[in-house]
Amino acid sequence: MPLYKSVRLSILPLILTLFTSSAFSNEVNVYSYRQPFLIQPIFDAFTRESGIDVNVVFAKKGLSERLAREGKNSPADLVFTVDIGRLIEVVNKDLVQDVDSAILTKNIPSQYRDPKGKWFGLTTRTRSIYVSKERANLADIQNYEDLSNPEWKGRICTRSGKHPYNLALIASMIAHHGEEQTTEWLKGVKANLARKPQGNDRAQVKAIKEGVCDISLGNNYYYGKMINNPDQTAWANAVHITFPNQKNRGTHVNISGMALTNSAPNKKNAIKLMEFLSEKLAQKMYSEQNYEYPVNPSVEPSGLLQSWGDFKSDHLPLSDIAALRKQAAVLVDQIGFDE
Amino acid sequence: MIIQTQEKPWFFSSLVIALLISLPILAVLYLAFFPDENAWPHLLNTVLPSYLKNTVILMTGVGLLTLAIGTGSAWLVVTYDFPGKQWLSWALLLPFAMPAYVIAYVYTDLLEYAGLIQTGLRSLFSWDNSQDYWFPEIRSMGGAILMMSLVLYPYIYMLARAAFLEQSISHYRIARSLGSSPLQFFYRVSLPIARPALAVGLALVLMETLNDFGTVDYFAVRTLTAGLYDTWLNMGNLGGAAQIAVLMVVVVVILISLERYSRRQQKQFNSRNPGAPIPTIKLTGKYAFGASALAFIPVLFGFLIPFIILSYYAINYFDISWSSKFVTYAMNSFSLAGIAAIITLILGLILAYSKRMNKNKATRFFVGFSSLGYAVPGAVLAIGIIIPFAAFDNFIDGMMREYFQISTGLILSGTAFAIIFSYSVRFLAVASGSIESSLDKITPNMDMASRSMGHSHLSTLIRVHIPMIRRGALTAMLVVFVDCLKELPATLILRPFNFETLATQVYQFASDELLEQSALSALVIVLVGIIPVILLDKSISKKRE
Repeated sequence: MPLYKSVRLSILPLILTLFTSSAFSNEVNVYSYRQPFLIQPIFDAFTRESGIDVNVVFAKKGLSERLAREGKNSPADLVFTVDIGRLIEVVNKDLVQDVDSAILTKNIPSQYRDPKGKWFGLTTRTRSIYVSKERANLADIQNYEDLSNPEWKGRICTRSGKHPYNLALIASMIAHHGEEQTTEWLKGVKANLARKPQGNDRAQVKAIKEGVCDISLGNNYYYGKMINNPDQTAWANAVHITFPNQKNRGTHVNISGMALTNSAPNKKNAIKLMEFLSEKLAQKMYSEQNYEYPVNPSVEPSGLLQSWGDFKSDHLPLSDIAALRKQAAVLVDQIGFDE
Repeated sequence: MIIQTQEKPWFFSSLVIALLISLPILAVLYLAFFPDENAWPHLLNTVLPSYLKNTVILMTGVGLLTLAIGTGSAWLVVTYDFPGKQWLSWALLLPFAMPAYVIAYVYTDLLEYAGLIQTGLRSLFSWDNSQDYWFPEIRSMGGAILMMSLVLYPYIYMLARAAFLEQSISHYRIARSLGSSPLQFFYRVSLPIARPALAVGLALVLMETLNDFGTVDYFAVRTLTAGLYDTWLNMGNLGGAAQIAVLMVVVVVILISLERYSRRQQKQFNSRNPGAPIPTIKLTGKYAFGASALAFIPVLFGFLIPFIILSYYAINYFDISWSSKFVTYAMNSFSLAGIAAIITLILGLILAYSKRMNKNKATRFFVGFSSLGYAVPGAVLAIGIIIPFAAFDNFIDGMMREYFQISTGLILSGTAFAIIFSYSVRFLAVASGSIESSLDKITPNMDMASRSMGHSHLSTLIRVHIPMIRRGALTAMLVVFVDCLKELPATLILRPFNFETLATQVYQFASDELLEQSALSALVIVLVGIIPVILLDKSISKKRE
């Protein structure tokens, strides 16, 4: 029976993978909340330069639980996340250790790393407001606060309020305005929504192109991705990307980041990778291939990012945002934002 | 509790299996006792009522629709002869190879504002924008019910068809001689006889619906599962999430018990080999055409259309989709699913057979409990597997360090073994359920006859029962295999480093709403899923001698 035969044939490679999890020594192991296709080219560059292999497990949930349960025997050296919330979570669960590296401290400004070196930001991304070129006036939407303005009734699109990117934005609103005012604001935004929150940030820009709404919330890198995807260029061309709150506190930014685990069997290699990622080459790649802003101030953003203009970012400590995340999630439920 | 010597090994082996399989479920239960805080006041005051309402609507909708499509199409192909019946009878299984999130994505692309259909309509009628006309919103409750029903009905179709095929010609002759029409025979005789099988199928459909996250999340339909992940990931309360998972399991248990209770008085056995197949009725003219069209509809929408669109993406995005490691991914998927299907089938057989022999409460309870893994959302179940595995690994490591000064590290955690184990835990209900419903139809006289002729239980199982339940067992294996191919959350969380399957490969892109770029992988999941569907279907539907 062919089925039986092919199963038998395939057992060998499987048994091999069963026992190869920690067979090589010149390697570094990564638990990543981020899709590997976004970071693989940078890891490949690291391997070429250092001869150290980078092994990855990617999942969007459950990795911190896996790390915690595996404990001191965990093979993972590094955790990669796409927002500050998850980073602080592994710190709070006491799963990561301090890193003392002159290179990291030099390359990464203090606002984007933990004072003790428990976590480091790699790139920043803005929570931008996308504005229809045809049906909206840039002057009318300069701040996040303006999103609750009744003139936008039925004209705003966004993804779920529970998405980490929106939770971080709402948390920053709580930090600046307090819970009461933020509740009012969020209710106002909810009242202005053109449709129930759905899809990702890119889908909202598409909705603007289709005339479903006129403004949307989205991270900046989606703009770059859409511009460079022939199928989606038209969506990007239908909107302006804006950086809110320039006349006051600055635009809300989140980070993608990394942390060194407690168990880290390949600590030396892991720190080498961390340092590599903060240096010019990797930072440039992040900016050019993923359209994120480098944290390293000596690295210029890519030409495309620069063409969107300079902006001032909110200096609220990221740890404050992470601390308010849960409160933000409760708020989203209380006003029924996603209903 | 009296257990005879002969039955002891069966009792104990089933006990050990049931306990092992139950470990992750017990771990989830354990988590539920230690929440970081009480999640319920917040949930009850805010979103829980609407989550519950959505869950009930979704389950009812999918349950009714899959029952209608699954039973109806099974009845058509078993009872009637019409053009295309030969290939439709296996083509009706094909949608099963489509992961629900894939079909949801494909149909959204087709039916949304910028999709082919609406764009076509607009240019045809020169409408300008969405205000000029009405079009149903695919990202909605109705859309979710439709999408999930389209890929889940094969559970019911498969089991219903096996049940209809297994029914005895004498029933048919008696019913017809008493004057019932074929239709009356269907709802007075066939349907009640097939009810245990339909119930198993429906239970599987409902559990799958309950723990789906991909589709409902994409369609912004917030169910209990959404509440569960929210409590875990955004509120940081894994224990609270485990409580919601336990609540979901309880709902499923109540549903299944209600169904069992309602037919507690029924016992049915095929006294002997069912004999000749029930004669099929040859349809002609418009009836033949109608039957073909009816049986074709689920295949068209559940398989052909999404398949064509996926192929179109796969060709257009071939350069991005293709990677030299592709063969490895396919091999990983295929071998994991294959091994898991065989293991799960064997475990299911032992459990179901042991339950048949030992009618005591303990066996029943353990067998029932071990099949609950199917109702727990995959990511939560994965945590339930990590807990005992990591504890075991760390315990062994600690012992070895203490006594031999060597570290064994993690032995089971993060290996393919953990993934295979998770598949068995998750899909045991599929295997044991359909084997049980087949075994139940064999009269105990068979067992007694074989035993009185000096055969052991094992020999009886191998010589008497397995040949008789071959269809049901193969069906079970096929379902487990395809389910494993599509499984995502547990594979993602438990896998070793650099280990990709077709499903994880699809997810990388699909999670960013870029399914086009991994359409090739999605297509291969479907194709790989089809091969065993066709192979096994041949042996299931082989004419009885």
